[in-house]
Amino acid sequence: MERPLGLAVLILLGCFYLVALFADFISPYTPPDQSLQKTYHPPTALFWENGRLHVQRYELADPDDMVYRKIEGEGAPVRFFARGHDYRLMGLIPTDRHLFLVDEPDRIYLLGSDETGRDNFSRLLYGARISLSIGLVGIAIIMVFGFLAGGLAGYFGGIWDNLTMRFIELVMAVPGLYLLLVLRGTFPDELSPGQTFFLIVIILSFLAWGGTARIIRGMTLSLRNRQFVMAAEVLGQSPLKIVGKHILPNVFSYLVVAASLSIPAFILGEAALSFLGLGIQEPSASWGLMLSQAQDMKVFMLNFWWLLLPGAAIFVTVIAFNVLGDVFRDIVDPKQKFLNR
Amino acid sequence: MTDENPSAEKTQEPLLAVRDLVIEFRSRGEVNRAVDGISFAVNKGETLAVVGESGSGKSVTAMSLTRLLPEEPVCRVTGAVLFDGKNLVACSNRAIRRYRGREIAYIFQEPATSLNPVFTIGNQLAEAIKLHRPDVKDVRAEIIRALDLVQIRDPEKRFKDYPHQLSGGMQQRVMIAMALVCHPRLLVADEPTTALDVTIQAQIMDLMRDIRRRMSMSIILITHNFGIVSGFADKVIVMFRGKIVEAGPTDTILSNPRHAYTKALIACIPRLGEQQRRLTTIDYAELEKSQST
Amino acid sequence: MKTVIARRLIALIPMLLGITFMATMLMHLAPGDFLDQVRMQRDADPEYIERLEREFGLDNPWYVQYFLWLKNVVPWDLRSDFGYSFHYKVDVWELLGQRLPATILLSVTSLAFAWVIAIPLGVLAAIYKDSIFDRISSILAYAALSIPEFFLALLALFFAARTGLFPLGGFTSTEFEFMSPVRRFFDVAHHLILPTIVVGIGSIASIMRIMRANFIDNIRSEYVTTARAKGVPEGIVMFRHVFRNAINPLITAAGFAFSSIVSGALMVEIVMNYPGIGHMIFHAILQQDQFVVLGALVMSSTMLILGNLLADIALAWNDPRIRYD
Repeated sequence: MERPLGLAVLILLGCFYLVALFADFISPYTPPDQSLQKTYHPPTALFWENGRLHVQRYELADPDDMVYRKIEGEGAPVRFFARGHDYRLMGLIPTDRHLFLVDEPDRIYLLGSDETGRDNFSRLLYGARISLSIGLVGIAIIMVFGFLAGGLAGYFGGIWDNLTMRFIELVMAVPGLYLLLVLRGTFPDELSPGQTFFLIVIILSFLAWGGTARIIRGMTLSLRNRQFVMAAEVLGQSPLKIVGKHILPNVFSYLVVAASLSIPAFILGEAALSFLGLGIQEPSASWGLMLSQAQDMKVFMLNFWWLLLPGAAIFVTVIAFNVLGDVFRDIVDPKQKFLNR
Repeated sequence: MTDENPSAEKTQEPLLAVRDLVIEFRSRGEVNRAVDGISFAVNKGETLAVVGESGSGKSVTAMSLTRLLPEEPVCRVTGAVLFDGKNLVACSNRAIRRYRGREIAYIFQEPATSLNPVFTIGNQLAEAIKLHRPDVKDVRAEIIRALDLVQIRDPEKRFKDYPHQLSGGMQQRVMIAMALVCHPRLLVADEPTTALDVTIQAQIMDLMRDIRRRMSMSIILITHNFGIVSGFADKVIVMFRGKIVEAGPTDTILSNPRHAYTKALIACIPRLGEQQRRLTTIDYAELEKSQST
Repeated sequence: MKTVIARRLIALIPMLLGITFMATMLMHLAPGDFLDQVRMQRDADPEYIERLEREFGLDNPWYVQYFLWLKNVVPWDLRSDFGYSFHYKVDVWELLGQRLPATILLSVTSLAFAWVIAIPLGVLAAIYKDSIFDRISSILAYAALSIPEFFLALLALFFAARTGLFPLGGFTSTEFEFMSPVRRFFDVAHHLILPTIVVGIGSIASIMRIMRANFIDNIRSEYVTTARAKGVPEGIVMFRHVFRNAINPLITAAGFAFSSIVSGALMVEIVMNYPGIGHMIFHAILQQDQFVVLGALVMSSTMLILGNLLADIALAWNDPRIRYD
């Protein structure tokens, strides 16, 4: 893969992160905001009238099959930078301005609504926050644990090395998703959204740190016989200091890339757990959770492409991280001596 | 450019005649001329040594005889390679395969990597026989005869061995057996002893001498080492940077080299009892001068 | 070779002990157990619950429970007792006997599917390196690598629902019992097609990439020149000489691919309602049906380790340079 592709992917991901960061500004509604009169609503059409953008008004034509019909000529003006619900921009600045809104009781559903009339567009944007942050938090954790376990195992060798490696083998001997489910089953179902998020990150890190630890161990083993490490030993520096001061800078780029190669696993793992109802819980939004709504028969037959949107979002994000990981890998380890999969 | 004896050519049609051979490699728009218009001939039963340092174009020349080089646009071969009167440069891919192995066989430098590691040696020999001699009924007996010919002990046992189970010298004997099994008329030995120990080198050269006597075929010996040329080759051509700088009978060239490069190569041969203060090196600046004149 | 297999099988034992011990410990960290539902019934007899607790050893500390379980599982009298499933109301061993074949079947067909697609693609991408075909196939490989199995499974279900060409999940039709053996075979095959494709697609990418890289490495080998110099036709050079060499690292990779296939199969089994052990462990975890969870863990891990072992044996068989001793 060539570098221009890496740049393109970087720009794409940059846009994704911007959208996720400003999700509360861009999205007109909060994820739990229901509107029970407008369930399974199709995407609202937009039209120009008197020089202003209007959102089409609909009426429910058939409550059994949830068929909505346009009311010709009726619409509500779309207001830009309008006042809506309160939030903190980037978590800091309290405000209630939104990129676009319509006056209640009309609603703007760019991507339709779900079975309780919640806005799919808003939920998709909020869901992006979960998927885009989980990988970053996750690799921070596995970088720390992978480095400590791998570095110390490689540096000290002997029993510590043996124990660490056997433990990693043990974890790797169980098919990933089976272990993921068992671990999730260990914890109570009723958790706050924040707790759930961190629980998922920690479980997924537990599954993923082994690979990173192995790579770091291999590199440490080869580094520890190098002269500068021996010199430090002769000077009587403590092992922890040696590992931190001499080994870490030498393996750091590998550590980052090795860890970042597992970002897709975090995104997919969270999506899978949320999809199964064991991850992010309603009424919070997550791409996996949105996909599980799509299993609903009504959605299946009426509004199929809801199902596509969160799925496509996961797909594009994961593909981007896969490409990026490969590009970084090629830069750091062009011969794939340490990093391969 | 070559000093061939015109009277010999009249009395005997050469087995192989190379005319104005040019080989060019292209990569990223750059053209690199590896062989620059060389001509030579090999008569029936004759042994020609092609001597030169690495990069002089000698191996590429050998490969080009049966078009083993990459295809265009990577590599472009022009000129003529006349084997028994037929131009191999111009013939079809299907036709060239009838010459490969059957008429012109090869021995390469690295026997360890030139044999396919996942097939038994019997299997690899059988492949050549089945391809070119479909009339042979007892392939196994034929292979054992060939292994016997290259003085491999216990050919019945070795038959089932994989290449990695043999020593380097043994592997090269297998390569030779594989080259001979279809009774080619021309054997191209590309640095056949370079990768081997000195004692094994002598054994392999003895073996080649023995085989030449028994099978009366022509040989092209490609080497950088004048030491193995004497007493083996009838004629020598010396290549330098894609050109033939000197050609003639082996004895003449060894006793009276005219080109500075030839002299330098001959000086590289270590001789017993000769006190050499330092290893001979080749002064390229001087060579450039002599070549341009 | 035999001793190696024996040694690997013996090494399986501490592995499984470790996994099940860990799993038991974890499950006891979770609040509640599989009798919770009985307790929640308002008219539940406390004496009955106490009897059940004693019967299942739940009145013991978790590590004692583990050794009780272990004592039953180890086949002293040539029969393993994996306990009783409270949710399914059958012996776990019997349940495993029903579910395991379905998962093994799905894993094997998926792996076969992935190989059949990936290997020719990888070979062609290598032979026509840097061509349009190579570029497109590498983009598709990224795509296949990045698509979540459950999303693909949903798409497959949607496709089945819209076209009616395939059954909506499950392993057999309802009238399976009344079918002739031949019809049964086709019925199962019909149910297997979509899950196989969905599970297999994720592995195509990695297998294809490895195949392509190996093939390119091997095309440059000297034995290829030797074969050409012998007069071997180009097709046979590629598919006999190069292929046999290039396939070796792939056999090892198949062991790893098996791991992702078993994992991927879990999601597909749940979404497509395919009665394998992935489907089973999911519902068992929801119900805290601890013996089923342990049984499924043992079986899935064993499958994985045996899969790797089989790959190693196949490699030794294909590559004469490898001899385990």
